[in-house]
Amino acid sequence: MASTLAELEEMQRRAQDAIQQNESGEREITYRDALREAITEEMDRDENVFIMGEDIGAYGGSYVVTRGFQEQYGRKRVIDTPIAELGLVGMAVGASMAGLRPIVELMTINFSLLAIDQIVNHAAKIHYMFDGKFTAPVVIRTASGWGQLGATHSQTYEGWFAHIPGLRVVMPATPKDAKGFLKSAIRGNDPVMFIEHSLIYRNRGLVPAGDYTLPLEGAEVRREGTDITIVSWSRGLYLALGAAEELAEQGISAEVIDMRVLRPLDAETVIESVKKTSRCVIVEESWRTMGLGAEIAAAVQEHAFDYLDAPVGRVGSIEVPMPYARNLERLVIPGKDEVVAAVKQALA
Amino acid sequence: MASKTEPAVRAGETALGSMSKDELLGLYREMVLIRRFEERSAEQYAFGKIGGFLHLYIGEEATGVGAISVLKQQDHLVTHYRDHGYALAIGADPNAIMAELFGRSTGTTGGRGGSMHMIHPQRNFWGGYAIVSGHILIGAGIGMALKYQEIDGVSLVIFGDGATNGGAFFEALNMASLWKLPVIFLCENNEYAMGTAIEYHSAVPKMSTKAEGLGIKSEIVDGQDVLAMREATQRARDYCTAGNGPYFLEAMTYRFRGHSMADPETYREKDEIEEKRATDPIPAYREQLLHAGKAEQADFDKIDEEIEIIVEEAVQFADKSPWPDPSTLEDFVYADEY
Repeated sequence: MASTLAELEEMQRRAQDAIQQNESGEREITYRDALREAITEEMDRDENVFIMGEDIGAYGGSYVVTRGFQEQYGRKRVIDTPIAELGLVGMAVGASMAGLRPIVELMTINFSLLAIDQIVNHAAKIHYMFDGKFTAPVVIRTASGWGQLGATHSQTYEGWFAHIPGLRVVMPATPKDAKGFLKSAIRGNDPVMFIEHSLIYRNRGLVPAGDYTLPLEGAEVRREGTDITIVSWSRGLYLALGAAEELAEQGISAEVIDMRVLRPLDAETVIESVKKTSRCVIVEESWRTMGLGAEIAAAVQEHAFDYLDAPVGRVGSIEVPMPYARNLERLVIPGKDEVVAAVKQALA
Repeated sequence: MASKTEPAVRAGETALGSMSKDELLGLYREMVLIRRFEERSAEQYAFGKIGGFLHLYIGEEATGVGAISVLKQQDHLVTHYRDHGYALAIGADPNAIMAELFGRSTGTTGGRGGSMHMIHPQRNFWGGYAIVSGHILIGAGIGMALKYQEIDGVSLVIFGDGATNGGAFFEALNMASLWKLPVIFLCENNEYAMGTAIEYHSAVPKMSTKAEGLGIKSEIVDGQDVLAMREATQRARDYCTAGNGPYFLEAMTYRFRGHSMADPETYREKDEIEEKRATDPIPAYREQLLHAGKAEQADFDKIDEEIEIIVEEAVQFADKSPWPDPSTLEDFVYADEY
């Protein structure tokens, strides 16, 4: 297990190199800049697109995604809101129904709990409940992540939202996906939970220049392999790729799948991969109990049971609220070593 | 109930003087339509034709009819779950409303929404919502869109006294006031949050106090007086569309029936209900029009007969309508294909 942030970052950098070898594109930019490009290009394209959230204007955003936007677009289109998550999400839901294209920045996913009624009871249901006559195309950008932030600010809740019919839930790992998904989310007609990760904003990757969108569906094979399938998303992808690299040195060929879109969930890509490799390990930063990994493992056993040569392995966080102390926190979140160990157990 | 600053003329007199006979009778007609429609709904509920919850609006008709009567085509309406009355007042087809109560494919949302989620898209009625106070934010957000797009309209948001205790209420009012949004917050103070009386649910007895604390102009109106409601809402609309920000109306009203059809009404005395029934807005308005020489008994009789037919037809229509096609069960989860 990596013991310092510097080691973690180094591991991510090496894992990213593996991604870049599989992609083609024009420029290498950061995940943060990919998001900034998506927002500004869409604001330039459609004057109904605006962004609202806590400290996104004068302050520039907690994760510096929106710095300078208020100077560029004015207070009408870059709106600092009160610290009232339920309120700002609900206002955006109403505004989206009436024809605007709001992008809400929820400072972190931890605060989405304050807004959950508007997300689950309102945004997600409006199109279905009203027989397709109304839509609530609100995009809720928020950041998952941790880093000595304590119990209330280090939670991983993509599984909660992926549970809800009517929401689209994306969690891009790469700058290319971040930009393409965000532009699709803004243009699309569904409410989207767009979950970033505080520890990958500085990651760099190849991103096509100019306008492009990516459909909000489908997992992606990030590395091909024949011996085992490793499934993850967001920052977990880098753990998986790092593990695959180490395993390759030991003669083990791992296929790595990035789920990318968590609802609707593309289990098919995982199932097809497992039919080829016969083994599977799922890596997530959240608690395993009732989590997304459980859902993916269930899908694999339902549809590829006869192909499995070992039980589906699962790597997740230790089931405690996050402690503050650095050494304890490092014990909670899984590292590359746990992924390697889980793979070896599946191959044993 | 007088408004805070005593007006020079009695509430309702301006409207009475300026409205045509047809317009005045139109308000009567809408109130009677709601009353008879809901009486028949209660009966159909008892027959098992209507399932789940059924929250009747009986007794409060003047509030919704008076307020909604001033809405123009570019205005918007968002309400709570006691919403059949608003749907009728804004012009949704009574047949479609009854069919929705029956859960049939011909309902306002094809049987998807049910009694608490009526809509009328043609008049920007964005629905009844069933989470107490949650919809106040949606209505305020629509006000945000109006201001953003520089549309000369208002968003009318209707909620009960119970909803003023929710966080969504304060968050919506704060932002609407801060950003000067064209939103009319109409609180129907019927004195009960479901079965809990005001003195047990609110720290202050007047809901408008809460709005004033957030810098919002407010007014208390007699919600049993349809013309007073119309005038006050017109004042509110003028104020909002002039760019002054939101306006808070507190309509003093009362529901004559339980919270829902499932309500045994153990929380209030019969005497209180009897006393409040004396404020019934429909006979009061009839008397007012007769006294002012604006209508004759024959006018009312004619309307009453028409309404009986409309309501009977709605029940027949709903009863004969097909159930939603099971093959549509998974339609509309998403607006976009995947």
